[in-house]
Amino acid sequence: MGDARLDAIARACRVQIIRMLTHSGSGHPGGSLSVIDLLVAIMFGRLRHDPKRPDWPERDRIVLSKGHAVPALYCVMAKAGYFPEERLITLRKLGSPLQGHPDRVALPGIEAATGSLGQGLSVSLGMALGAKLAGSPSRVYCILGDGEIQEGQVWEAAMSAPKLGHPDHHVDNLTVIVDYNKIQLDDFVTKILDLEPVVAKWQSFGWPTLEIDGHDLQQIGKALDQAEATKGCPTLIVAHTVKGKGVSFMENNPEWHGKSPKPAEAVAAIREILGVAEPAWDEYLRTDTATAAIVAELRALDKK
Amino acid sequence: MPAKASRAAFGEALIELGARDERIVTLDADLSKSTMTAGFAKKYPGRAFNLGIAESNLVGIAAGLALAGRIPFAASFACFIVGRFETIRISVAYTNANVKIVGTHVGVAIGEDGYSQMGLEDIACIRALPNMPIIQPADELETKQAVAYAVEHQGPLYLRLTRQNLEPVSPADYQFRLGRWCLLRPGKDVTLIGTGGTVFNALEAAKRLEAEGISAEVINAASIKPLDEEMLGRSAAKTGRVVTVEDHSIAGGLGGAVAEWLSEVRPTPLKRLGTSAFGESGDPKGLYAKFGLDAGGIARSVAKFLGR
Repeated sequence: MGDARLDAIARACRVQIIRMLTHSGSGHPGGSLSVIDLLVAIMFGRLRHDPKRPDWPERDRIVLSKGHAVPALYCVMAKAGYFPEERLITLRKLGSPLQGHPDRVALPGIEAATGSLGQGLSVSLGMALGAKLAGSPSRVYCILGDGEIQEGQVWEAAMSAPKLGHPDHHVDNLTVIVDYNKIQLDDFVTKILDLEPVVAKWQSFGWPTLEIDGHDLQQIGKALDQAEATKGCPTLIVAHTVKGKGVSFMENNPEWHGKSPKPAEAVAAIREILGVAEPAWDEYLRTDTATAAIVAELRALDKK
Repeated sequence: MPAKASRAAFGEALIELGARDERIVTLDADLSKSTMTAGFAKKYPGRAFNLGIAESNLVGIAAGLALAGRIPFAASFACFIVGRFETIRISVAYTNANVKIVGTHVGVAIGEDGYSQMGLEDIACIRALPNMPIIQPADELETKQAVAYAVEHQGPLYLRLTRQNLEPVSPADYQFRLGRWCLLRPGKDVTLIGTGGTVFNALEAAKRLEAEGISAEVINAASIKPLDEEMLGRSAAKTGRVVTVEDHSIAGGLGGAVAEWLSEVRPTPLKRLGTSAFGESGDPKGLYAKFGLDAGGIARSVAKFLGR
């Protein structure tokens, strides 16, 4: 599978993230844009799953512990066929299964309710252990936020993981990724509660670690391969990312942790994501009718 | 049957059920000798996980195991495991993971260890979650049936167990059912509803009250959520006075649940017996006397409530 294909999917997902958050009028663009390349690489690069059978016992599982970035997860789920893409714009609306944070009961394919930070790693450990006990080849991918690992439960889980299930059912079927975008709700992570030296911390708990650029699909793929090849214990990947990646005015700006774009901002964001210069935009929209429809739809929101 | 702690009956039931169902696993936080899962761990070492003194992680791992098809019993002292309420709320309840949360060492009856080890608010916490039944068995027979039921029940559930020995109270042909209480002694002047460790004391109190000319009906409410609304309504209509007796705070426990139902459906004078202060160290008998949960204390409260 070529990285150009994944790259195109990631770009399309970024457009959808902006679109759905503009419709919802609330939500978390920054962390959704920082994590999307990781999710695309997992979902379309290696996940063994069947959107038609979300309860298939031997499926691989994604646990998005940083549940506030769920718009990114909804986008890859829709692209993979868990539900129609049109439903994305029901995000956060009354009666929609696309809850503001993941709801396993409401939306088949969501593996665990998350968003109350710090809980997903423990749940992932349990899933990985359960798969081993059942003799299932299932693999678990857990994505943590950087601010999230300030929660104490994460370190309880981190301490328990390397030896969990030994000697017969060790959980080397678990890959954990920290989406290290350096920003949390209130401010930069270093200003709130610095995590450094973060790699050394996990290593001292007995974890094999990898450090990558979390927007480089090739590096992500390689790291996931390496984690899968590591036997005896789970692997931690620290993915250095940019909060708001792909939209210049959102990048590295704490203000865009939990604020939705206005329609005009959304259109500008989509243009940037697609890499189209402003003078060429109108011309571009005449050739890309799908994007033109989204832009028209967003502009109509302004008139509501 | 000799008196036996419900935690001990639970440990025995798990070993028996574990032989028939290999999906059953246990999780402990360095208290397996106290929660009595240690026997299961010895018999089935590959299915017992002692996670150290880290109850939040314990609850989360239990949720993951359930989502991967296991039937986990996550056990610790009631105050410690329910103290990780937020993890139970999201990873277990909201996720609808098939986890059996087991809280042992409930109430002031644990005695000398004092308040910090006493589960006195756990029912109130768990009762607020929409999808978690709460079961507190009153003797060995009922405990073994309740544990078997917990295995069959699809979805999260809370099992509340005692440290102290419990005298047998259930009839020989007893069959536990969720949402069904057991009428242990018919009466006409007042309804005493006990749960867990207080049921035997309520029965003893009824004997004393009989000597004073008061006919007390005694009910064992093992199913705290859901209540047996049918039996509660029928008994309240018959006696016109209800007294709840529990080794738990009177705020939000069995008494709270009964108060809510009665006041909305069948307003009936009600007295809630339980704790309304922090617990303290002491011998269990002395503590039950101090908190008015021994037979004498219950009988006195009932007589006063009836204006005798």
